Amino acid sequence: MTEHDGTPTSRQVVTPTRVVAGLCLIAPFVAMLWVGSYAKIEPTLIGIPFFYWYQMLWVLISTALTMIAYKLVQRENRARKGGAAT
Amino acid sequence: MLPSSALAAAGTDGVNGVALTVFVLFFIAVTVMGFLAARWRKAEQSASLDEWGLGGRSFGTWVTWFLLGGDLYTAYTFVAVPAAIYAAGASGFFAVPYTILVYPMIFTFLPRLWSVSHKHGYVTTSDFVRGRFGSKGLSLAVALTGILATMPYIALQLVGIQAVLDVMGVGGGENTNWFVKDLPLLIAFAVLAAYTYSSGLRAPALIAFVKDGLIYLVIAVAIIYIPIKLGGFDAIFHAAGKAFAEPGPTGKPRGELASGPNSQWAYATLALGSALALFMYPHSITATLSSRSRNVIRRNTTILPLYSLMLGFLALLGFMAIKAGTETHGNAQLAIPQLFEDMFPSWFSGVAFAAIGIGALVPAAIMSIAAANLFTRNVYKDFLRPGATPEQEHKVAKLVSLLVKVGALVFVLSMDKTVAINFQLLGGIWILQTMPSLVGGLFTRWFHRWALLAGWAVGMVYGTLAAYGVASPTQAHFGGSSAEIPGIGQIGYIGLTAFVLNVVVTVVLTVVLRALKAPDGIDETSPGDYTADAGDKGVTPDLPPATADVPAGR
Repeated sequence: MTEHDGTPTSRQVVTPTRVVAGLCLIAPFVAMLWVGSYAKIEPTLIGIPFFYWYQMLWVLISTALTMIAYKLVQRENRARKGGAAT
Repeated sequence: MLPSSALAAAGTDGVNGVALTVFVLFFIAVTVMGFLAARWRKAEQSASLDEWGLGGRSFGTWVTWFLLGGDLYTAYTFVAVPAAIYAAGASGFFAVPYTILVYPMIFTFLPRLWSVSHKHGYVTTSDFVRGRFGSKGLSLAVALTGILATMPYIALQLVGIQAVLDVMGVGGGENTNWFVKDLPLLIAFAVLAAYTYSSGLRAPALIAFVKDGLIYLVIAVAIIYIPIKLGGFDAIFHAAGKAFAEPGPTGKPRGELASGPNSQWAYATLALGSALALFMYPHSITATLSSRSRNVIRRNTTILPLYSLMLGFLALLGFMAIKAGTETHGNAQLAIPQLFEDMFPSWFSGVAFAAIGIGALVPAAIMSIAAANLFTRNVYKDFLRPGATPEQEHKVAKLVSLLVKVGALVFVLSMDKTVAINFQLLGGIWILQTMPSLVGGLFTRWFHRWALLAGWAVGMVYGTLAAYGVASPTQAHFGGSSAEIPGIGQIGYIGLTAFVLNVVVTVVLTVVLRALKAPDGIDETSPGDYTADAGDKGVTPDLPPATADVPAGR
């Protein structure tokens, strides 16, 4: 966000922060749509095949990534408003 | 073979008295809440669509979380997802990646929709499309698609209640008079209709607290208690693997434990297509627009995945039903209610059934409100009575919410269950075709309104015809939602293929129409509207001030 302190008024569309946030949001699509990467039984976790626990693990990973994106976007918006209230 | 099998036998033949009592008690409590909800956080001027149909646009993070969760994860989901796993294994688990993908996606466009809707007082997606593209025709297409896709969804909620009533033994046998057989469903329905009519969106918002609380409790208990009883996950998946290897109705193995090479395209496209479609549904948007600020939506995309985790655990119950040898009499939809009845003590089965039953009421109420909003704003006001006052809108919406539910009820009672399921499947394909107009419109105005309409029509026709052509062992048509993708040769979700076709037609025609200088509609929105937040100038003054975020239980 420090990159934008110099130009608080310009409405740049692509900023480094936004690129990182975008990557956080795209990662789950790559992971989940590449079914071949997880369509297997082994290794099992407490008896549950990999196919199932891996996807459920991604619920947590994608939540964390979305949360990071949220924080990044929020921080950038605040910086843009020039540290105004809220 | 199991200690509880004697009890289960008694349960399927007769009425399970304890479970039924618990179920009825919860049902009464929820009914009282539904009627009291009208007074919850009430605004001074209440006879308007903003109040009845969007709960005064006043819900904070937690209420929105419960409302959206209660709305998206329906009773039918609870019954159908494990049933699909029970029937065929891995392919049914697509619901998990589907709900994973939804949230990063809506993170990008839903806040924009909230902002522009708040600024211009839009109640439905069609309101936005009309305002953005200045086209009543396109807006009508989006509205009718929404209503058409929602109706069978409501019907399926009633199917969900029916499954529970059947297992409790109050669904009646084959020989009972139809009226006696359907009486419990009629009562549940009448109660639902009455409090939706009087309380609007506040009723499901309040009931959602109970519904989700019960669901989380039941899943948490089930996922620990049942595996212990069945000898652990090793034993469960061993039994499931053996069951799936046996030939099914087509002669091929019944299912698989992990997606095989031939089913991976179907798995991925189904997950992606369903994720794209979910927030095109009117009921999702209704719950979204009822929230208080732009940030409430963004924050919710980070806490809603908790429901996906629960859905994953719920899906695993399908494997447990295989191991437990649950008797479904050929109807896989009964697998989970029956598993609960076989495994749990009667009183807790009652709690579980109440969770599913109430789980049907919340979405059914929101869906009927959403359909009513669409009809009132985009058919009644745009075409039938352009000068309708807010009071008239309010009155019409309440009546339509009743009509929509009666329609769904007639549907469920008069036709075979599979018809409702077929239509629901088509509904998913149809609603996805409204995405270019809505999401496209949120980011760019480059698309031409006539091109969007043409793309929509092509997607609708292709999707319907392709689905018609899918046969299954039990049905000649509408046997599934996947077919060969032309040009790729893999089996994939029809809705997504139709969507791609839709986008291609829209883009090509837009280029042509722009070259021909076809007239654009008037855009009543401005770029700043899409990032406006509550508190900004001109965003909130005409809305009732939001009261403190008081949860239920008052």
